[in-house]
Amino acid sequence: MAYGEKVIDHYENPRNVGSFSKADLNIGTGMVGAPACGDVMKLQIKVNDQGIIEDAKFKTYGCGSAIASSSLLTEWVKGKTLEEAKLIKNTDIAAELDLPPVKIHCSVLAEDAIRTAIEDYQKKQQEQAGA
Amino acid sequence: MSELKMPIYFDYAATTPVDPRVAEKMMQYLTPMGVFGNPASKSHSFGWEAEAAVEEARGNVAALINADPKEIVWTSGATESNNLAIKGAAHFNERRGKHIITCKTEHKAVLDTCRQLEREGFEVTYLDPEPNGLIDLAKLKAAMREDTTVVSIMHVNNETGVIQDIAAIGEMCRANKTIFHVDAAQSAGKVPIDIEALKVDMMSFSAHKIYGPKGIGALYVRRKPRVRIEAQTHGGGHERGMRSGTLPTHQIVGMGEAFRIAKLEMNAENDRILMLRNRLYDGLKDIEEVYVNGDLEHRVAGILNISFNYVEGESLMMSLKGLAMSSGSACTSASLEPSYVLRALGRSDELAHSSLRLSMGRFSKVEEVDYAIERIRAAVEKLRELSPLWEMFQEGIDISKVEWVSH
Ligand SMILES: Cc1ncc(COP(=O)(O)O)c(C=O)c1O
Repeated sequence: MAYGEKVIDHYENPRNVGSFSKADLNIGTGMVGAPACGDVMKLQIKVNDQGIIEDAKFKTYGCGSAIASSSLLTEWVKGKTLEEAKLIKNTDIAAELDLPPVKIHCSVLAEDAIRTAIEDYQKKQQEQAGA
Repeated sequence: MSELKMPIYFDYAATTPVDPRVAEKMMQYLTPMGVFGNPASKSHSFGWEAEAAVEEARGNVAALINADPKEIVWTSGATESNNLAIKGAAHFNERRGKHIITCKTEHKAVLDTCRQLEREGFEVTYLDPEPNGLIDLAKLKAAMREDTTVVSIMHVNNETGVIQDIAAIGEMCRANKTIFHVDAAQSAGKVPIDIEALKVDMMSFSAHKIYGPKGIGALYVRRKPRVRIEAQTHGGGHERGMRSGTLPTHQIVGMGEAFRIAKLEMNAENDRILMLRNRLYDGLKDIEEVYVNGDLEHRVAGILNISFNYVEGESLMMSLKGLAMSSGSACTSASLEPSYVLRALGRSDELAHSSLRLSMGRFSKVEEVDYAIERIRAAVEKLRELSPLWEMFQEGIDISKVEWVSH
């Protein structure tokens, strides 16, 4: 499998690797994929009072393209509002990383991850407001 | 370390380089100055010399397995040999029965041949191996029927290196009057084979797994008791009608030389390669959550198939660009299905996705193994830092009980 330069760069120097405490109210966690399929992504966002994603971290089990897609995503979401982050499309990720057709599913997974993380954050906020 | 040439070859089970001694010999059978004649030309010395070379090679192939040279049929490789053996015997014995037995861990050249026979109306039983890769003989016995005409079981598995007990399987087949075919592509020259002591009726060989050229192989077809097969390639009636086509003298000479060298050097070479494999395994086995795929005892010297749990195989290979090897992960294919061989051993998808096959051979060196150990350890550590599954494992979460949102 020949990889593009950007995939290799993210793979060799992944940005924002790590974890936040899942329980914290200002953290949204998105865990998508399945080990049986060969990739699992965990994306976490830290949202401030203004609704802006202040920080993001990821961990990914998967091929180089999956790692690169999630690494790139953490860079992209930082500084964005939740609404802006929701607009990130898998096709943007695939284009930026020059993913070959067999690797498009990695970018789809990354899009799922950010959506799931935002939903998780919003659900927590609603539960907090309701309580 | 600096003198190591990169990348290092750890994929001898996929193919081997041609031994320079073999290449040297092959070159004498091509050019106008060499023995280029058609071995089937009976009317001049060009043909006679080529025929003599072909027969000498046939003798060398036969000698490695203690067979009669008349029992060796040249083919284009083990794929063709498997096709010829299984289809040829199944068709020839069609009136006696239409049941075939094989195993789920066979090479595609056997499995796909069986699939084709199923389409033609044959019935095929695909045995499940035990978790260590070996076939449970009781299960094979239970699967055998009166109308079972062919059993095809490989000697050494190409992914795991596991060696099947072909002596015992041969006894069972003979008792049932069933033809026994063995794919020995990965075992010839690596495991001693005495065909006279085995009740094997047909055996497939390939030259490129034992330092010969690609595109040449052979099928052993027993004469006593005689095994009859239907030809799959028709034409000039070469190879006693079993396989027509002008014999590629240089390829055959190469295969013969490779088999001759194997017979002479096999014992010493095996000791050395086993030492390398043990060194490799010893250097990796204390990493947490490491699993060897396939039995460690019944195994050919050169192959180590190993899973590093919670690390995906393809990304592992990406960190190990200096090492040329194979992974059981199928992330590159659209199917996302990991190795069917490891799945048949009952390995979870995660473990199958996390596997590497490192295979060593004649030109492998201790320093190369030491380099591989160092690099693999570093890569596994790096990727586990990145792995959410490793994090969950560390937190004591049972991954198999998590409900994954698959896509
Ligand atoms: C067990 C086994 N059988 C058959 C084959 C096919 O051999 P060939 O490449 O000579 O057709 C191989 C090698 O790929 C093999 O490992």
